[in-house]
Amino acid sequence: MKMTDGYVDKQVVPKKKSQLLKDIKKGWQLYVIFSLPLLYILVFKYFPMYGAIIAFKDFNPSLGIWGSPWAGLEHITTFMQSFEFWRVMKNTILLGIYQVLATFPLPIVLALSLTYIYNKRFKRAAQMITYAPHFISVVVMVGIIFIILDPRGPANSLLNALGFDSINFMGEASLFKSIFVWTDVWQNVGFGCIIYLAALAGISPELHEAAIIDGASKLKRIWHIDIPGILPTAIIILILNMGGFLDTGFEKVLLMQNPLNLKASEVIDTYVYKVGLTGMVPQYSYSAAIGLFKAVVGLILIVGSNQLAKKVTKQGLW
Amino acid sequence: MHSHIKETRSDRIFTICNYFLLSLFVLSVLYPLIFVVSSSFSSVQAVSTGQVWLLPVDFSLTSYKEVFKHEAIWTGYGNSLFYMVVGTIINVAFTILAAYPLTRKDFRGRNIFMFLFVFTMMFNGGLIPMYLLVRDLGLLNTRWALILPNALAVFNVIVTMSFFKSTIPDELLESAQIDGCDDFKFLFKIVIPLSAPIMAVMTLFYAVGHWNQYFNALIFLRDTNLFPLQLVLRDILIQNEVDPSMMGDVSRMEDRIGLQQLLKYSTIVVASLPVLIIYPFVQKHFVKGVMIGSLKG
Repeated sequence: MKMTDGYVDKQVVPKKKSQLLKDIKKGWQLYVIFSLPLLYILVFKYFPMYGAIIAFKDFNPSLGIWGSPWAGLEHITTFMQSFEFWRVMKNTILLGIYQVLATFPLPIVLALSLTYIYNKRFKRAAQMITYAPHFISVVVMVGIIFIILDPRGPANSLLNALGFDSINFMGEASLFKSIFVWTDVWQNVGFGCIIYLAALAGISPELHEAAIIDGASKLKRIWHIDIPGILPTAIIILILNMGGFLDTGFEKVLLMQNPLNLKASEVIDTYVYKVGLTGMVPQYSYSAAIGLFKAVVGLILIVGSNQLAKKVTKQGLW
Repeated sequence: MHSHIKETRSDRIFTICNYFLLSLFVLSVLYPLIFVVSSSFSSVQAVSTGQVWLLPVDFSLTSYKEVFKHEAIWTGYGNSLFYMVVGTIINVAFTILAAYPLTRKDFRGRNIFMFLFVFTMMFNGGLIPMYLLVRDLGLLNTRWALILPNALAVFNVIVTMSFFKSTIPDELLESAQIDGCDDFKFLFKIVIPLSAPIMAVMTLFYAVGHWNQYFNALIFLRDTNLFPLQLVLRDILIQNEVDPSMMGDVSRMEDRIGLQQLLKYSTIVVASLPVLIIYPFVQKHFVKGVMIGSLKG
């Protein structure tokens, strides 16, 4: 996906221009084919970007987006100086980093473990079972979490049987992030290992044969052949996850929230939702300003991590 | 990779540990699911006194009987099916209509269009402007609010593009053009018939997405008759709101609480059943989808 072709056109304008018209005329059907998706993108993706300027206005529905009076940076500075700002930022960042760090290495471990299973039926069963939770909806997933971690649920029965006191898991703010992250690992580690299985399958078997003849143990082969073989894939995935870490499972956070854990569970997205859509008086502009703040930080992170990916592995997402 | 040379002792230990740890992990993935299913088939007393830990205790279908009486679940089921079927058809159609022109080298402006599409993956206007747009379009509290705003996922367009690039060679287009085939005909008579594998993968990805979606319904819908299943589940599983009619003639407080808890188990099973039944048959398509997606366009 090269984006640089455009500026070549400028140098030979007249000839190119008629060529351009000719090309468009010749390929008009392609534009017809493309028109619906393009219309969708413009209406449902770019119009909201325009609508985001209400972050710099005092939005009044009767005056419309453009007609509402300007407010400048007032909303963003109000947010940054508010009591909520640090709490919400801290939760968003900590949850995101915790999530990325915990969900990164385990799919690799699972993929390595699966490739050294030679019993085909066991391997297939293990794959099928570990991929399955990925397809559980987030509502059902949180429902299962509540059931398992219920004060009288199986997790506490186990604790009691081992001689520990019961824990009110969902009521402990300090446990929120761990519960969030490790249940996510439970749900997605299997599906996440698929890409590494593919990378491992791409490693030349001759390397392994040569290593076996030289008497390398399996652990040695993992360390010297498999890990270097999947390293480029792993680095790309890690960096891209870092780039998107502000978006960490907001729908799940919202479902898992309760008044007792709010201190640890309020993230930017849930805050935007509450301020903007659930209050008695919807604060559209203020909420949009917080959302825009997050979108800009997110964009910087993604572009930055892509640059990093390019530097480290000579290939980025674009 | 399987060696015919006799395994050394350290390798044998590795293999044993590997089988052991993987089995342990598989069991830990499986256990919560078994626990939910077993509990749903047990009696209220057995569940509320914590007797169930692996297999159903005191086998009973009480909670299923109550679930089947709950109308909201069935309305939700119907609505979710509608959103899934209509939404997925639109998704797959739009994805192909977007992906095909973008793979054509003679499609003038494709770099600009590509940038327009990819940029939306990195930046968006946010929740509030989206809500205002849906409201101003008059879609609020209509079925279209769950379908139109998600008519296309750019990531899937990219996956589909890499499929087209690898399966439809330029020569095919050239020879079709020599035979007088125009772009419409080429897309509908040649590209689409060749795209069955990618359409299957896309259908699955989009369909699961629609089936599992709840947040858009939460913000865009008020009318409970339009609620998808996931929103109904949210009331039962997360908010603990149960329709009194589900409780039948149970009057003792303790029994009510017990039954309410038990209903959660059977609701989870009933709601996840379609996915669980279809899953083993389509698993390999999902894997294929991930593979195609990992090849870069």
